[in-house]
Amino acid sequence: MHELSIAASIVEAVTESAAPYPGARVKEVRLRVGALASVIEDSLQFCWQLATEDTPLTGSVLVINKLPVIVHCEACGVDAEIDGVQSFRCPRCGELAADLRQGRELEIESIELEDPEPAQPGAGAREQAEERI
Amino acid sequence: MTTRIVELRRGILKKNDELAAGLRDRFTSAGVLVLNLVSSPGTGKTAFLERTLCELRGRGKHAAALVGDLETDNDARRLAASGAPVRQINTHGICHLDAEMVGKHLEGWEGVALAGLDYLFIENVGNLVCPSSYDLGERIRVVLLSVTEGEDKPLKYPGLFNSADAAVITKIDLAGPCGFDREVALRNINEVRPGIRVFETSAKTGAGMDEWLTYLAEQRTR
Repeated sequence: MHELSIAASIVEAVTESAAPYPGARVKEVRLRVGALASVIEDSLQFCWQLATEDTPLTGSVLVINKLPVIVHCEACGVDAEIDGVQSFRCPRCGELAADLRQGRELEIESIELEDPEPAQPGAGAREQAEERI
Repeated sequence: MTTRIVELRRGILKKNDELAAGLRDRFTSAGVLVLNLVSSPGTGKTAFLERTLCELRGRGKHAAALVGDLETDNDARRLAASGAPVRQINTHGICHLDAEMVGKHLEGWEGVALAGLDYLFIENVGNLVCPSSYDLGERIRVVLLSVTEGEDKPLKYPGLFNSADAAVITKIDLAGPCGFDREVALRNINEVRPGIRVFETSAKTGAGMDEWLTYLAEQRTR
């Protein structure tokens, strides 16, 4: 159960990446998670609210894009997606394939930021006008 | 209200990966072979390591161990009986070791200089899930499986088995009484990690230890 540590690492990384956009609210965080990454989606979602509380990510949605395992088959000379994670065999020829090309990813793909409401120009302009009079 | 998408493409454990890469550089330049031992609780990591440390000492090699545990220092005390320097890492509830913990425990380790070591073993917290994501800067990740656990463990925990460089079957002296199906276990390991080197050992009888020690010596000179 290391999903809380993972969630905390995501919050830290996103907070850092969102720093150049002051005041922006993080609406959504998209992850790429390989089938071999040993991360349980439900547990991560469960931890999300707790991990994001009192951070710029409060109320954000976590979207997890799951990636299947892809191996490179030497015999066929191609990359092939395997079904599940319990047998690393080329789906074309059935040979064991040790060369992993995808499946360990644990990445933040992108974040969606919502810019803060611009200051209401009406109010500001009126004040200035009154001062001038 | 305007929204914008910012592409990051950044590893979630980037910080750990960077620390681990730094450790790996240090280990390489010190000429010490570092192994990360992972298994479920009760597989016999400590007994296997105890035997390994004693055998290495008998062969005039310098080995040390960092031992991860949630709360106790029982394992460190057991391992220290081998005469090798041993340091405990208490994670206080965290289910895996990370590169930062390893780095911290290398500092101020009395009587231990990396450059004076041939081998450094890191015994991870007993867990077959979480340690797989955390690089500790090791060169070899060893997954252990005992004959008492059942032959299908590799299929239940493919993430960790697939990340290993070598596999050790422990308690092989109990294979008979446990009805351990060796062929099935070896096949399962090979299905999730094709071509992995497998050692069948007993810390109690010493079975398979010679082969394991030869492997360690070979890896050190690589």
